[in-house]
Amino acid sequence: MSEKFEPKVVAFVCNWCTYAGADLTGTSRIKYAPNVKIIRFPCTGRIDFMLLMKAFANGADGIIVSGCHPNDCHYSTGNFHARRRWMVFKSMLEFMGVDTRRIVFSWVSAAEGAKWAQLVNTSVEEFRKLGSYDAYKQVAKLNIEKEVFNG
Amino acid sequence: MDDIRKKAKELLENKTVQVVIGYGKGSGEEARAIFVRDAAKTDQLIFDETCLQNLAVYILKHEVKHLGKIAIVATSSVLRSIMILASEQQLKDGDLVVLGITSDGKYIDLPNFKAIEDYLATLNVSITDKEKELLKMIDAMTMEERWAWWQNEFSKCFKCYACRSACPMCYCPKCTTDSNQPQWIPVASHQLGNMEWHLMRAMHLAGRCINCGECAKACPMDIPLNLLTYKMIDEMNANFGVTVGMKPDAVFALSTFKNEDKENFIR
Ligand code: SF4
Ligand code: SF4
Repeated sequence: MSEKFEPKVVAFVCNWCTYAGADLTGTSRIKYAPNVKIIRFPCTGRIDFMLLMKAFANGADGIIVSGCHPNDCHYSTGNFHARRRWMVFKSMLEFMGVDTRRIVFSWVSAAEGAKWAQLVNTSVEEFRKLGSYDAYKQVAKLNIEKEVFNG
Repeated sequence: MDDIRKKAKELLENKTVQVVIGYGKGSGEEARAIFVRDAAKTDQLIFDETCLQNLAVYILKHEVKHLGKIAIVATSSVLRSIMILASEQQLKDGDLVVLGITSDGKYIDLPNFKAIEDYLATLNVSITDKEKELLKMIDAMTMEERWAWWQNEFSKCFKCYACRSACPMCYCPKCTTDSNQPQWIPVASHQLGNMEWHLMRAMHLAGRCINCGECAKACPMDIPLNLLTYKMIDEMNANFGVTVGMKPDAVFALSTFKNEDKENFIR
């Protein structure tokens, strides 16, 4: 383990704002951390909380969830509904002892290519400091599976 | 109690209802749910301090609906469950006859949902001091301690789903847990499967749980899983100012929003 730890990051973003924003980051040729894998959803309202847990269970060290700013939702209210659910979800996770520093919520519009780059960079930096999410990986038996496969 | 027996007898005799759900003598010290269909047997109905089960769990059960119109002996937990079921369009006013009962066994006449709402408004439904203590204890832990504490609790779970069966609000004909395309929750009761099950259960009951404690009572492993949903009651109160299960036409807090909802955690 002499290599520097690189966190695996999964970003759950909405199609209309943040995905387009991330696209703009690319077309504007702004560089940002390559750790992030983007998953595109129709709307933040569609981002089921279980999906985030599945990301952790599959080895993510950090998660970004992002969509349209309030009042900008393509479907008018998806992000407002999502915001309420994130609120209770976050406190549920905290109550269960899940490391909520590893989940970053944000609003990034289609025009905010620079904000997206900055969001990813600062988040990845934070996740890197937190290190591998071993507590969760242990529960998900991610490390053990490897041992078995290696025989 | 005699009032309730008399009322139940009347209802069955004049065929207003076909079954009365109430408490009867169980084995040992416990009371159990009984389903009285014969007016002559209404004297089997009892009420004492062992009659704690939230009978509302039977209202939507296929086997019970099949019997015909029901009357139900209703403690405050049952009444609040009925309010939730009504607000979720599972029950209409007049679908069932409610035989309200106070904690000391007095009959209360509750002819319609409005009467239930008014009666509930007079009750104190906040969580008990013991529950508050427990919540405080967990809240005071560090993140790592909380994680270890819950992992230890979850490790006892063997996925019997008695908690789900006992809950009046867990009425979906097909639970996400039983869905295998995709498989949301692993079938096996290993650590990950147990944690995901409990997280999902609690989230699906957030803003719907009325704190009757049936889930924890049903758990053969004594996992205090009701704490998870209690916590959500606290959250709903603090964030959205709602007390769940008090009105038949309440709007579910998570299917609505306010422009000014807090967003200090969003970057
Ligand atoms: S306390 Fe348990 S059984 Fe009762 S409503 Fe809440 S989750 Fe359901
Ligand atoms: S009743 Fe207890 S053991 Fe059974 S599934 Fe629920 S928490 Fe697990």
